[in-house]
Formats: sequence, C-alpha cells, structure tokens
Amino acid sequence: MPTADAEIEELASKEYQWGFTSDIEADSAPMGLSEEIVRFISAKKNEPQWLLDFRLKAYRHWLTMEEPHAWPMIKYPKIDYQQTIYYSAPKPKLKSLDEVDPELLAIYDKLGVPLAERAALLGVEQPPSNIAVDAVFDSVSVATTFKKSLAEKGIIFCSFSEAVHNHPDLVKKYLASVVPYSDNFYATLNSAVFTDGSFAYIPKGVKCPMELSTYFRINAKNTGQFERTLIIADEGASVSYLEGCTAPQRDENQLHAAVVELIALDNATIKYSTVQNWYPGDPKTGKGGIYNFVTKRGACRGVNSKISWTQVETGSAITWKYPSCILQGDNSVGEFYSVALTNHHQQADTGTKMIHIGKNTRSTIVSKGISAGFGQNTYRGLVKILKGAENARNYTQCDSLLLGDKCGAHTSPYIEVKNTTSRVEHEASTSKIGEDQLFYCRSRGLSLEDSVSIIVNGFCKEVFAELPMEFAVEAKKLLGVSLEGSVG
Amino acid sequence: MALLEIKNLHAGIKDREILKGVDLTINAGEVHAIMGKNGSGKSTLANVVMGRETYEVTSGSITFKGLDVLDMDPEERAREGVFLAFQYPVEIPGVSTDYFLKAAVNASRKHKGLPDLNAAEFIKLIKEKMALLKMDPSFMRRAINEGFSGGEKKRNEIFQMAVCDPTLCLMDETDSGLDIDALRTVAGGANALRGPDRAILLVTHYQRLLDYIVPDFVHVMMDGRIVKTGNKDLALELEERGYDWIGKEVAAAI
Repeated sequence: MPTADAEIEELASKEYQWGFTSDIEADSAPMGLSEEIVRFISAKKNEPQWLLDFRLKAYRHWLTMEEPHAWPMIKYPKIDYQQTIYYSAPKPKLKSLDEVDPELLAIYDKLGVPLAERAALLGVEQPPSNIAVDAVFDSVSVATTFKKSLAEKGIIFCSFSEAVHNHPDLVKKYLASVVPYSDNFYATLNSAVFTDGSFAYIPKGVKCPMELSTYFRINAKNTGQFERTLIIADEGASVSYLEGCTAPQRDENQLHAAVVELIALDNATIKYSTVQNWYPGDPKTGKGGIYNFVTKRGACRGVNSKISWTQVETGSAITWKYPSCILQGDNSVGEFYSVALTNHHQQADTGTKMIHIGKNTRSTIVSKGISAGFGQNTYRGLVKILKGAENARNYTQCDSLLLGDKCGAHTSPYIEVKNTTSRVEHEASTSKIGEDQLFYCRSRGLSLEDSVSIIVNGFCKEVFAELPMEFAVEAKKLLGVSLEGSVG
Repeated sequence: MALLEIKNLHAGIKDREILKGVDLTINAGEVHAIMGKNGSGKSTLANVVMGRETYEVTSGSITFKGLDVLDMDPEERAREGVFLAFQYPVEIPGVSTDYFLKAAVNASRKHKGLPDLNAAEFIKLIKEKMALLKMDPSFMRRAINEGFSGGEKKRNEIFQMAVCDPTLCLMDETDSGLDIDALRTVAGGANALRGPDRAILLVTHYQRLLDYIVPDFVHVMMDGRIVKTGNKDLALELEERGYDWIGKEVAAAI
C-alpha cells in the first residue's frame, strides 16, 4: 500500500493549468539591456523628459549594484540580463483602449479574469459588476474597465502610462517617494525599464465603491515583466485593490521585477491583495518558471492611516518579496497577511517589514508558510520600532506547515526596538501535516485529496479571512490546484 | 452473510507483528466487545479494519458486507459504512466541526448516489444528534477538537458517529478519560445506534463501559489473537479475576 507521503506527492504533482502560450503578434524591443533600450522604452511610451531622466539615473545606478545573492534563502544561477527582452507589446497596436484584440480577450477569458466588462469594451451596455479591472499583458496595459463610473467619483484608475500623460503632477509627486530609485537591485532595475502597470488615485474623502483589480500576464518568450504600480489614497479615502498573475509554461526562466508603492494620507485606508500564480517551473526538474523579485512598500504618511497587505503566493520558481509598511503617521496601522506555498522545486523567501516611526503605531503580521515536495520556504521579517514610536505595538505570528520530508521551512525574524514603551510579540510554530490528521479525515469518508485540502485551508484560515470574497474563493482554488485538487 | 468477517489476520508495523491470526465474525444487530491488556493488539485491530496505513497487513482477510476491504482506502470503507471513533481524536486547527462533518456526510451520500444535504437539512440533522449527545451548539463553530477536553473529544466522536450513520461502529477505548456522567451520555448515544442493521465493536480495558453498553459477545485478546469468547458474564469475570488465568488456560491448551 502506498504511504500517505507518497500519495501526497502524487497529488502535489498536478500540472500548471495556466501554462498555455498564445500567438499574439508582439512589438518588441531587441534583446538585452543598455542605455539605448531604456531610451527605446521611454520613446515607445512617448514619455516626458523628466521620466526618461529618472530611468537613466536608475539605470546608471543599477550598473553599480550587485544581485543580492548572499542573504536570501534562495538558490539560482546568475541571471543574464542581456538575455531578456525588456519591452513587448501585443500587435496590432491598439488605436485606443476600446479596441482590444479579441485574441487577447479570449486569453483573459480563459484565465477567468473578471473582465465581464469586455462587453463594455466592445461598446455594449455595461453588465453590473463590482470590480474594475486593468489588464497588463507583457509590457503594456491593454484594458482598463469602468473608468467612467469611477471618474464620476473623481477616482483615477488607469494604466501607468496613461497616468504619466494625463496626471503628470500626481505621478511626479509620488513616484519613487516610497521606493527610491536606488532602493535595491531589482527595484532599481524596474525604475530603469518599467513598462507599464496600474495607477490609482482616490481623492479626499472618497470610499472607492468597487474593488480595483489588475491582472498581469507574461506571454511573450524571453520577456521580463517590469510593472510599476502606484496607489494613492488621499485624506479620508479608502480603496481595496486586487492583483492576480499568471504566465505560460516555458523552459526558460522569466524575470518579473515589479515595484508597488502605496501612499495613505491622513485617515486613509489601502487594502492590497495579491494572488500570485506565475508558472512555478517544471514539477520534476524545476526547469523554467518565473523569478519573482518584487518590491512592495506602503507609506502610512497620515495620522490614523492604514495599509493592509494580503498575499497568497502559490506560483513562481522563486519568490522574493517583502510587502512592507512605513508607519509614519501617528496611530497608523500596518498589516501583513500571507500564505506562501512552495511545492516541487519552488523557493520562497518572503515576509514583511514594519517600520514604526509615529506614536501609537500598530502592526500585525500573520504568515503561513506551506512547504511540499522539495520546496523551500523562508519567512523573513523585520519589525523596527524607532525612538519616537511611543507605545508602538507589533504582533507577529509565523506558522509553517510541512508536507512530506524533503521540503524545508525557515524563519528569520529580525526585531529592532529603540523605544521602551513599545511592545513586540512574536509567536512561531512549525508542524508537519500528520498521518494521524489525514487518517482521521479519511476515516470520515473524505478523499486524501480533500483531506489535505481541508487541513491546509484550515491552516490558512486567518489569512483567507482577510481576502475580499471573490479572491478568497480563487485563492482556495489555487491552493487546491497547486497542492491537491478541488476544495469545497 | 456476516457483516464483518475477519480471517487469520496478520498485521504489524515494519518487522513487528502485532496481530497474529485474528478470527472474528460479526453479524448485523450484534454488539461485540474486545477486551485485553495494553499491547494485546485491540486498538491495532480497530485501526486495521478502518484501513490505517501505518499498519501493514501481511496475510489473512477482512470482508465487510462481502467486500474485500483490504483493497479499499480508508475513505472508501467509511463511505461503505465503517466508522472509527478514535481513542485519541486529533485536532485540526482552523476547520470548524460543522464544515468538516458536512463534507464527510456528503462524501458518503455522493458515494451512495444521493444528493448533497443542503444547509437546512444538515442543520436539522446535527441539531437532533447534538441533543442526543447533550452537546452545546457552540461546538459546531469550534475547530475540530481544538482546545477540547478529553471528555469533549470523546463525546464529539460519538456525535460524529451518530451523524455519519454507519453500519459498523468501531469504538476504540471510548470510555477512557470519561467521568461517569460523560460515560452515561456517550453510552446513551451509542445505544441509540443499536439496531438490527448495525453492529458495534467496542474496544475497552474496563468492564465499566459494558454496564452501559451491554455486549452480546465478549472477546479476550492476548498477544495478537482472540483467545477466548463469551457473553457479558466473561467481562465480569475478567473484572474480578484479571487476565492471567486466561493466559494460563491458553498455555495449557498448547
């Protein structure tokens, strides 16, 4: 009789469902990276001089930097940055956003992107929906829906490129104000070559009436995706933003180095949720897959502001990201809820940074790491309480679940406290999904598949509870596919 | 046809044989008790019948309703109507008891070609069984066995048994860790399940439980075999005289 472990492994070896490639004619930059390529991208996007200058400054700085190989718990060969295409846009070139290639729409349909508004894109009357979507395909944003109904409230939600042209003052004011161009190797690279992304601005006192969502898809071969997202919630504003991603199955590693910046002013709230399902590489050999090196950071600039990150990371060969909060305003709140799953040969080094600057700032970190197959999963987190952060509070809970005996879970919490009135709590646990738990579930009639799924979902419950409803369902499904199949 | 038929069953862990030729026949409507000292193989037997993969069956057969269950996964056995009330019920953090039970009930219904119970039907079912086991409705919202006392866990097992409506109930040391009131409640729950179409196999150390769930047959297990079978009086005799005399009897017979 096969052992439970062997069966789990078998279940865990389900194939990636989003690995199809699409033959969309693309308008691409030549392979490789140079000052010319940076200029090429900027010219393609018809950018103002200040943005080109910003890119060039970043590029020149990047040349002086080195890939951070020493500290993260991830292993990968040195990336050849000359073997990547830094700009790829689907052809025929769109005359306007209302003329999206039907092929492209079919892809998003296949991906299940809530582009129900595609009808609207085709000039048909808008069906009711509560999610506005911006879709980024390779390097450019191809469709932003519901722009009109949002505009009535004064909300700006568009592609980053559009924002550069239509709202240059806002972009100029906030771009790189949270993640400076020199921040880290990948963020600097992004600053030089970012191609598109989403931009959202919620004006004073406005509660965004619908979820804003971006769907990212890497399609073209050898293409890197470098998107830039900038979200600003002005005083008293609030917004919930969702981000999803997939990529085709390819043997080469593809690079994804995004930068996301959030800015919350006085009494503003930003909730940012991610379900990341980039292609994780070949289950058996570990060949291919996305290198996901992402810098996400939010600044709680105003008093009583709040930024909440929720992430479900199931894809990518390598995940390297630390969505962070700078708690500058007094009484500001930072939250990080994370589920990171590594299966087969996936590696994840992920966590958060909570920087307490203002008085009475509070942060909560709940991290759930799941390792299966040969997966390696590291939680890395920093809680920093600066001198002026009177009565700052942090609570960290960090749990790891192991499936099988060839995977690994690691925890690297860093705590720096410079104010004695603060309180920092850290709880951690590591458990193995038990034969006894599985047998218990199965003895009640649940299949092995459903048993694993029910146990893992129970483990992730606190994080899923933070996701918006539509996303929670998708996240459970994804976890199911990445691990064991259908989830009830 | 017997409901459960075990013939010359040998099973163990790795190189250690624990069951060394068990023969046991249980008919529908009967209640059997297996008694024996620690390490005699009673719990192993219950777990092997349920299909625990920790134990390897090396020879012999188990048929349930004429089906060769050794070829079946634990979940398949469960869906056919075998239920094991665990000696040490495990905790499953984050999974509420009602969610779990609904999934379990519907897995069996699906197997039988029945539609899923809807929310209202399911609530009606569990309310009825909760009353039977005198359980607080708050149990349903709590994660399975998480932070439950020993008695609560055991009660939860019998509650689940009542909800799952099995044909063969395996109760592994359900009485251990129960105070007398809880024992009565749990026994009441089990007795309510007695019926002409169902059989119960109790594994226990003590005669005490058998005052409340009166068995039709009592078997004594020793060193991986059933060495003596009698009626409820045998349990009383064991209570009085211990197990050693049976050991001597067995030795003398060889």
